[in-house]
Amino acid sequence: MPITITMPALSPTMESGTLARWLKKEGDPVAPGDVIAEIETDKATMEVEAVDEGTLGRILVAEGTEEVPVGAPIALLLEDGEDRAVLDSAPAEAAPVAAAEQPAPVVAADPAIPAGTATRSQTVREALRDAMAEEMRRDPDVFVMGEEVAEYQGAYKVTQGLLAEFGPERVIDTPITEYGFAGLGVGAGFAGLRPVIEFMTFNFAMQAIDHIVNSAAKQRYMTGGQINVPVVFRGPNGAAARVAAQHSQNFAPWYAAVPGLKVIAPYTAADAKGLLKAAIRDPNPVVFLENEILYGASFEVPDVEDYVLPIGKARIARAGGDVTIVAYSIAVREALAAAERLAAEGIAAEVIDLRTLRPLDMETVIASVRKTNRCVVAEEGWPVCSIASEVSARLMEEAFDWLDAPVTRVTDADTLTPYAANLEKLWLVSPERIVEAAKAVCYAD
Amino acid sequence: MAKTSASRRKSAGKPAAGRKKTTPALYKGTRAELLDFYRQMLLIRRFEEKAGQLYGLGLIGGFCHLYIGQEAVVVGFQSALREGDTVITGYRSHGHVLASGADPKAVMAELTGRGAGISRGKGGSMHMFNPAGGFYGGHGIVGAPVPLGTGLAFAAKYRNRDAVTLAYFGDGAANQGQVYEAFNMAVLWKLPVVYIVENNHYAMGTSIERATGQQELYRRGEGLGLYGRQVDGMNVLAVRAAAEEAIASVRAGKGPTLIEAMTYRYRGHSMSDPAKYRSREEVQEMRKKHDPIDTLRQDLLADGCPEDDIKAIDRKVKAIVEEAADFARNAPEPEPASLYEDVLAEA
Ligand SMILES: Cc1ncc(C[n+]2csc(CCOP(=O)(O)OP(=O)(O)O)c2C)c(N)n1
Ligand SMILES: [Mg+2]
Repeated sequence: MPITITMPALSPTMESGTLARWLKKEGDPVAPGDVIAEIETDKATMEVEAVDEGTLGRILVAEGTEEVPVGAPIALLLEDGEDRAVLDSAPAEAAPVAAAEQPAPVVAADPAIPAGTATRSQTVREALRDAMAEEMRRDPDVFVMGEEVAEYQGAYKVTQGLLAEFGPERVIDTPITEYGFAGLGVGAGFAGLRPVIEFMTFNFAMQAIDHIVNSAAKQRYMTGGQINVPVVFRGPNGAAARVAAQHSQNFAPWYAAVPGLKVIAPYTAADAKGLLKAAIRDPNPVVFLENEILYGASFEVPDVEDYVLPIGKARIARAGGDVTIVAYSIAVREALAAAERLAAEGIAAEVIDLRTLRPLDMETVIASVRKTNRCVVAEEGWPVCSIASEVSARLMEEAFDWLDAPVTRVTDADTLTPYAANLEKLWLVSPERIVEAAKAVCYAD
Repeated sequence: MAKTSASRRKSAGKPAAGRKKTTPALYKGTRAELLDFYRQMLLIRRFEEKAGQLYGLGLIGGFCHLYIGQEAVVVGFQSALREGDTVITGYRSHGHVLASGADPKAVMAELTGRGAGISRGKGGSMHMFNPAGGFYGGHGIVGAPVPLGTGLAFAAKYRNRDAVTLAYFGDGAANQGQVYEAFNMAVLWKLPVVYIVENNHYAMGTSIERATGQQELYRRGEGLGLYGRQVDGMNVLAVRAAAEEAIASVRAGKGPTLIEAMTYRYRGHSMSDPAKYRSREEVQEMRKKHDPIDTLRQDLLADGCPEDDIKAIDRKVKAIVEEAADFARNAPEPEPASLYEDVLAEA
């Protein structure tokens, strides 16, 4: 039997990819370690290495084929001495099955965007890159620094193309020294530069949290207003896929607890762009929390000259009158999915995307709760001392009279992040659990 | 780029010439010892190849950092340890956990996230542990194993145990501040720890030239009173010799020491590495001319070892890895209730 070579998974989040190029032809000998093909994902071009020895018998997926799902057969390899005839008894040419179409997320129009504004589809990754590039063009004091941001084009390819446009003086690869370069960034901010400090992920910002909190957040206050720190700390935050406890955690509540910081955690590409531009212009230290799982998600982004959004304003992501679901970052996706299911059951949920976590736009939340009288807070993060806890407490204090049911938090489980696929799924916040909670506060069943 | 690969070729796997603090002569082991080194290195190699395959099939998730190319370092060092000694490393931990004597079935089942995994499916590739074999993991934060290992050594000294700790880290990790905080304390308190920097020349896509001012990593502790040596980490006999010397000095109560093992990883940093930062020729050159397993095999043959003895090991290792993979594919996922277990110990 010939060996079936399948479309490999090359990253934790890859579902499909483009078979860009075959580097071996049918009939070519193949040794383990030989590069046989190149595959493109939204992140990068990667090489597929042979694992077995043999002769490339048949190519099943032509080069240039897009959206080849992980696991689909792409070629047949003849083992030593095997006759080509066996190829015909092997599985018939596998037509690549396109990956299941992800329905475009339903996102209500942003009140900040005038109706009729032209938009174009962009991934969150592209929107973030554009935000940085535009601000770098506009202001020579803006520079980007972090691990693998320049030559490698970003560990998650967010800084793709920046080195080519702005050169190594402004797009700077650092050694693996988070504490050092975070401090350096704050110092450069003292001197009036506008550093954008990328953490490969916020898990590693734990090495640097001292500078974020002690040096950046407190500076203006301690100096009686004499020194501002216009620095942005950005990078992916929150659970990634299957990377276990030390690489998968939401730090939003940690930073949101600190006076002197602004904290932003967008969901859509448009918000990512408009808010990152605002963060770079802001005279204060801003912690800008992205989400790895969302980097590849596409959204409509206003096609306007200089798209800057106000920091500190929530957005109604879906209007409804029966129950308010408050969320931010990737939990907005789960909340919107839950709202869709609730609608099918006759419950109209209003989904609020907080976008900024400090300052928190309670005005928008309360306005919604005054209408629905019920609130569920969904968060991809731990429950204890969470943003959900904060929203819940503020509603108790400021909207108690309008509540017809207890504010309910739906979060990840109160455990560390497990590696096993089934446990991770159980651990994470999910549309199912949001639906359940929404029905409970509506006293529906 | 060009500069990187050229200078890499010069220094690859070989200690810097003209330095005083290079390694002692190669270890002279018995035929049986050498065959055992061969078996251990081959087990790691085949295990990792299989892990790469299972990753491609989607059976392993998340990050998966393979140890292929670096086998001589861990096998050489482990062979010089005694019962009661301890080992700690970073996320590239499959080789270390296997060398500590862990069951390959349990390690592979951890990779596939099964209940029978060595960390019950909670840790995955980066978080392998085998405390019974003296192996304390398996840590995801670059640089962390250095102070953690220093703590293991502190405990040994505190309890008057005649035990030594090996604390492994990477060339990229060598730039983390906590490494030097730990070095200083270890020197100050004469802790029984051997620091091993596995210099595979790259930290993800950053070569050592692009990340490090002073690139002789074995000298990195000198200002703190921690002296080091460089060793050819592509030769298990060189590693074993250096390990023996370093461990003997530490056991004699002379305080910590640092070994820089010059090595190389053949595969990407993790499975999702576009590998644009080095040339294929550079990788092929290392594989063809400096492979630790091929080198030992040649040494054995030259010494008159019958090829059949080597082939018997090849077959045995292949069977062990196949068995591990079958086990890992078929073992059940963890019980859902285990999500809530192991957060805290019973007080
Ligand atoms: C504090 C911290 N920063 C960044 C990372 C992401 N990261 C994981 S491995 C790695 C490169 C480490 O290179 P090196 O120390 O040379 O070890 P090698 O991978 O070569 O074994 C980086 C940057 C991390 N895990 N921890
Ligand atoms: Mg390295």
